[in-house]
Amino acid sequence: MLVALPILIPLIAACAGLAAAGSRPLRRAFALLGAGGLLVAAMVLFARVWTRGTQVLHVGGWPAPVGITLVADPLSALMVLTAAVLNAAVTVYALGDIDARRQRHGYFSFIHVMLGGVCGAFLTGDLFNLYVWFEVMLISSFVLMVLGGGRPQLEAGTKYVTLSLMSSALFLSGVGILSGIAHTLHMADLAGRLAVAAVERPWPATCAATLLMLAFGIKAAVFPLHFWLPDSYHVTPPAITAVFAALLTKTGVYALIRVFGLVLPPSPYLFGLLAAIAAATMLMGVLGAVAQIHVRRILNVHIVSQIGYMVMGVALLGAPDPATRRLAIAAALFYVVHNMVVKTNLLLVSGAIRAMTGTELLAGLGGLATRAPLTACIFLVSALSLAGLPPSSGFWAKLGIIQAGFEARAWLLTLTALGVGLLTLLSMLKIWNEVFWKPAPADGPVIALSPRRRMLLLSPAAALTVLSVLIGLYPAPLLKAARRAADGLLDRPAYMAAVGLDAGGTPRGEPAGETGP
Amino acid sequence: MNSPVFQATTRVITPLLLSFSLFMLLRGHDQPGGGFIGGLLAVTAFALYALAFDARSARRLLGVSPRLLTAVGLSLAAVSGVPALWWGEPFMRGLWLPLALPSELKLGTVLLFDVGVYLTVLGSVLLTLLTLSEE
Repeated sequence: MLVALPILIPLIAACAGLAAAGSRPLRRAFALLGAGGLLVAAMVLFARVWTRGTQVLHVGGWPAPVGITLVADPLSALMVLTAAVLNAAVTVYALGDIDARRQRHGYFSFIHVMLGGVCGAFLTGDLFNLYVWFEVMLISSFVLMVLGGGRPQLEAGTKYVTLSLMSSALFLSGVGILSGIAHTLHMADLAGRLAVAAVERPWPATCAATLLMLAFGIKAAVFPLHFWLPDSYHVTPPAITAVFAALLTKTGVYALIRVFGLVLPPSPYLFGLLAAIAAATMLMGVLGAVAQIHVRRILNVHIVSQIGYMVMGVALLGAPDPATRRLAIAAALFYVVHNMVVKTNLLLVSGAIRAMTGTELLAGLGGLATRAPLTACIFLVSALSLAGLPPSSGFWAKLGIIQAGFEARAWLLTLTALGVGLLTLLSMLKIWNEVFWKPAPADGPVIALSPRRRMLLLSPAAALTVLSVLIGLYPAPLLKAARRAADGLLDRPAYMAAVGLDAGGTPRGEPAGETGP
Repeated sequence: MNSPVFQATTRVITPLLLSFSLFMLLRGHDQPGGGFIGGLLAVTAFALYALAFDARSARRLLGVSPRLLTAVGLSLAAVSGVPALWWGEPFMRGLWLPLALPSELKLGTVLLFDVGVYLTVLGSVLLTLLTLSEE
């Protein structure tokens, strides 16, 4: 049951919020209760997985290859925990940022449904079910994208919806082909059968894998499928951008890691392609930011660049040495967690800047270092962490990825990663100079925030900053968690045993419902 | 639309459609039908009513806000998986009451789930339809 809680709690909170949308205290209480409940459930689940190993729930009591299995292995538990932490932070922020009209129209309910979808995608052990959770997540994100908005939001929403639907169609086609080859969509079962089927008939398997790669690539916003992201993310209120940046693209990355690490048989052609995509994504993202003059757009283009690093970790799965593969996946996971924290934080700060000045254009900003020293401090720590300066969390994340790159002898890719780090620093310094350091423009508007609103806007950012500094100073626990998640992902026989299948893909006796080895 | 013939027909057809939708909902577990189809049939009843009279009288006929129906339906569907835990069964396992009704009807958590789906479909589709027809 514990495994299903991270899905159930947000969904029930969404229903409660929907029923109570008319009452301000009630909907705010349900928003906090839902976010808090999810956080507690995610922590308990993580602790359980950490001490007792992979937790499995055969939904409805149907055993493994027939029914849908929810699997909380260390990877899923880590992702759910990170998502829950960030959701809690953004929820507090949203109480101060999202206007009453959007709240009345069910902002918090849609956030909760999205969270349910994200947690479902992290926890499911079935490829078709993964598709379903993706749809749950996307449909609520469509609503959030256009919620309460005028023309710009609708225009961005149209682009976003079109590309998302295309990606869903590709995903579904890939799933269809896999089901045709292997006659199963249960991830553990599929992994075993594909290993055989891919040797007999390599082309259909590669074709399906390419389709899945494209589908997840669009969701994760990798080059050349990334254009929708900088075009659509800046029109929503900052709280929505922050939660999208934290969860949506990262769920795409998670799906890449899960599917390429566990399900699909290794294919040198695809890993080569992924490596090229990773390098291009890093580079195009960071170069795209140079021309931008809008704070949030700069940060959004950087989301793309950072995704490149995570995809690089997936691409290094093509390394011949198993130890390198483990290192690469562990580094990519560390990167995902670090980036979710830091990026969300930067977007929250950009929202606070907008609340204080009423603009997000670099030209209209300035002098915030003296006017808002705490905000400046939070921004600086997160920005330097994003660029990867020691001793920040970003330093360890980049170090891990680059170490894996050298061990895999992917010289060009690794050099790109190093260079892009420097360019990221330049871009962050540009925001720092324009927004905080240069004198305030004479006619710049100054909006005074009430202490309560200031508290709601800045305390989540401050908490996330402390978290990122802690990861920077004591990286060992997260490193250990990431290593364990990588081991769990790459140890296919152990995963199959945990869900109750033996190596040949046949069920082993009657599963006793929720089991832990 | 202001046609007396249409309005009189609607007065007769609406209860028929509603009872047929309940019939569909109840037979759905073993035979064609179920919460989704039943919910859509119920929507057609209210949509017809909104066409014959207007959206506001359809809302009055419904009595509760479609939003609340959606919320209650979703909660019922989610909660229907929980009773199984009491008997140590995995989440969402279907449980039936050991009750012999003088028909093919069986009561249990699966039916509860279907009722949840029924209400969710009814609420969410009506929310869309009525909002659009009022604007």
